[in-house]
Amino acid sequence: MNATILLFLLQDGITNGAIYALLGLALVLVFAVTRVILIPQGEFVTYGALTYAALASGKFPDTAQLALAMGLVAFVFDLFANRHGFNLRRTARSFAVNVVLSGAVLAATLAFAGRKNPVFVDVGLALLIVACIGLYLYRIVYQPIAHASVLTLLIASVGAHLAMQGFALVFFGAEGLRGPAISDVSFSLGALMFTGQSLGVYVITAALIVGLWLFFGYTLYGRALRATAVNRLGARLVGIRTSLSGRMAFLLAAVIGGISGILIVPITTLYYDTGFIIGLKGFVVAIIGGLVSYPITAAAAIGVGIIEAFSSFYASNYKEVIVFTLILPILVLRSLAAPEVEEEQD
Amino acid sequence: MRARLPILIFALVMAVIPFVPDIPPFWLVLLNNIGLAALVAMGLVLLTGVGGLTSFGQAAFCGFGAYTTAVITTAYGLSPWLTLPLSLLVSGLAAVILGLMTVRLSGHYLPLGTLAWGLALYYLFSKLEFLGRNDGISSIPPLAIGSYRMLSAEAIYYAIWAAVIISAVLTLNLLDSRTGRAIRALRRGHIAAEAFGVQTARAKLLVFIYAAVLAGLSGWLYAHFQRTVNPTPFGLLASMEYLFIAVVGGAGHVWGAVLGAGVVVILKEVLQNAVPAIFNVQAQFEIIVFGIMLFVLLQVAPTGMWPRLMALWPWRAPPKAVDTDAAPLAARGKTPPADGVLLRIDGARKEFGGVVAVNDVSFEVRTNEIVALIGPNGAGKSTTFNLVTGVIKATAGHVALGGDSIDGAAPQDVVKRGVARTFQHVKLVPDMTVLENVAIGAHLRGHAGAVASMLRLDRADEARLLAEAARQIARVGLTDQMHQLAGSLSLGQQRIVEIARALCVDPVLLLLDEPAAGLRHMEKQKLAELLRSLRDGGVSVLLVEHDMGFVMDLADRIVVLDFGTRIAEGPPAEIKRNPEVIKAYLGGAA
Repeated sequence: MNATILLFLLQDGITNGAIYALLGLALVLVFAVTRVILIPQGEFVTYGALTYAALASGKFPDTAQLALAMGLVAFVFDLFANRHGFNLRRTARSFAVNVVLSGAVLAATLAFAGRKNPVFVDVGLALLIVACIGLYLYRIVYQPIAHASVLTLLIASVGAHLAMQGFALVFFGAEGLRGPAISDVSFSLGALMFTGQSLGVYVITAALIVGLWLFFGYTLYGRALRATAVNRLGARLVGIRTSLSGRMAFLLAAVIGGISGILIVPITTLYYDTGFIIGLKGFVVAIIGGLVSYPITAAAAIGVGIIEAFSSFYASNYKEVIVFTLILPILVLRSLAAPEVEEEQD
Repeated sequence: MRARLPILIFALVMAVIPFVPDIPPFWLVLLNNIGLAALVAMGLVLLTGVGGLTSFGQAAFCGFGAYTTAVITTAYGLSPWLTLPLSLLVSGLAAVILGLMTVRLSGHYLPLGTLAWGLALYYLFSKLEFLGRNDGISSIPPLAIGSYRMLSAEAIYYAIWAAVIISAVLTLNLLDSRTGRAIRALRRGHIAAEAFGVQTARAKLLVFIYAAVLAGLSGWLYAHFQRTVNPTPFGLLASMEYLFIAVVGGAGHVWGAVLGAGVVVILKEVLQNAVPAIFNVQAQFEIIVFGIMLFVLLQVAPTGMWPRLMALWPWRAPPKAVDTDAAPLAARGKTPPADGVLLRIDGARKEFGGVVAVNDVSFEVRTNEIVALIGPNGAGKSTTFNLVTGVIKATAGHVALGGDSIDGAAPQDVVKRGVARTFQHVKLVPDMTVLENVAIGAHLRGHAGAVASMLRLDRADEARLLAEAARQIARVGLTDQMHQLAGSLSLGQQRIVEIARALCVDPVLLLLDEPAAGLRHMEKQKLAELLRSLRDGGVSVLLVEHDMGFVMDLADRIVVLDFGTRIAEGPPAEIKRNPEVIKAYLGGAA
């Protein structure tokens, strides 16, 4: 192997690693706040990427309709939850968040779809749609069982993943899509070629990591989210609305997933089920970070990206085997380092 | 055998189905698929529903079973019957290797770990040359008896359903045994089970292997039914489907696996054929419906369909008979220590980070003595219990039992020496009867293993364990509640059940953590009477209790802790007057 290939593989690994880092961060965020292991994170990636690609190619993305449908269901859930004490303000707020918002997003999508829009319009719309879906997903799937064990939440996650992946196939078909690059800038540095797209990946990842770190470490709201994670009852007693924290976490995770998808869809062709595998690699890195540490997660992501790049060069057939087997010794180490605390169940 | 009558009827019904005139062959194919799925799901019931270990990788074990027979029958021409033990062995060995890593994983790391190796194995199946990569292996020979080759769905139907029914009976036998109780206790955490000698890591590995072998059996049958294998049915999606089946059926119930498999396989068939026909669309609708059903079920019926169905069933199974004539279990040889000191705690210290929970505490419990450990909340009483029973390791100091050091001994070894305990927060298995819960206490006094239990060779052993449990239940006065679920008792009664469970150990030292909490006045008096009679019968008691009337009346000696430090020790009358104790309880100003 010569130095060029080495650099090339490193660059490739770091680009992929940055995406895994983003996803890993979102997973850590959601787990820390809600104890949900967010298997559908990969679907946020797929939805973001394919919605953007559809819009950019002048098609109407059906995800906008799904957002409205989920919003309606979420509204019905809210109505049902409040059936023993109708409260006009609460109902109006629920209607605005669930129905008006998703309706407006659908209207905007209808208005802009099928035209040649500036990139930021397509990106913005795609992110709005995914954000709505993330928000309502929490309300529909997780909020009713927010008190359940991590395991129950995980099985619910599997259900949400299956349903969302099934919808992805309905909406986008079995053929993959590619989206246009967000910027056409490119320059070379020695043998390496840098595109605006890959630079975008680095910059956005770094910005989000720093942003999350500041948010959770130094703002009242971020600390409130963390408090929810440690003790739901305690958080409620000091006036933190835990369901709101959950929705915020999901909103952020969906947007991060959507951004990741939009960042990679110009680089690689995405299929309706690609997001899942990418999301699982996000898991690998999130678990290395113990589902709690942002800096370790980010470092692990780069490491996994590089290992993946090298194994796809040397043993391309076994790339996935290597990446997913990698996690086992780490899981064992993690378990040994933090022995089980008996969860008081039921 | 009356309890087995429904199974016999079910077996007969299944046996005559192929003889129904004009039954479409396709129905038999569906029934075969149901049976294959039920086998895997049955393993998951044991693993997840009963043992509390979630696996997203069961389909991979089917893969081991299927590929083993596929390779050996096609490449080496061995008879499928000879590959059956090999298939089971390979699945079992894979489970040992993965299990040694996996069952050590705690909490949510465990399902994630299974997800990871489930995926890795799927990719491995689809990349290995000798497994035929993505195309797999075809023209696998059918099962055959003599010259009769089981080529049709009808022919292999009997093989599949015989496997399902035999596996179900073996699994039910296993659950209703000494080993089964240990497995059923796993889901409620390992501390209580270990306090009675259960090797929890080994029990977890056992269910893990058992579930894998069932999946391997399903894979072996699948290979000879389809007569071709490829990686797809052994992927993550299939694993998730099996978990779905277990949840739908009722994750804690063996027959729930069969019911769930029936519902899911038929539903899948309907969704795959009917929905596209009606709506004229081609998509994996069943996946969407399954996904939505999965989380909706968790919200509305987290226990699954089987328990709901059973609630409608008008005939209750008779309570488990206890053979009171069973020979009593061997009693512990009790040789009192020469110096009369049963338990000696010498400078025990436990630090949690900067907090010193137990600060160089020393005291003794002598034979035939009731010692009370009292002190305000947070004084380190329960931590002291945990140090003695090996739940946590002391930072410094020594604990000796009858002169032998038990520093660093595992909880299972401590209980072997005759130290039994109860817990401040009751740790019973709520969905097991009082009798079964108490019988866990006698775990170390039984000998039957898993295989003996499955084959019902354990009945003599089992009868003695249950008789002992019933005796101890009678001793604490709960005979009327013996067959009720432990979770349905009042908290006070549950504490008494814990005492009965501890008595089943045939202890020399009983550690009771707040035994009188939640008891009424009369019940407390009865408890005190029981403890006195135990003391006079040669059992020493160390108890933590907040009810001062109870303690002063009962204890021979009292040790007082405050902020982890021993501040006083002596007979009750002395302790009552001790200014240090009064200060600790009432504050400095009093």
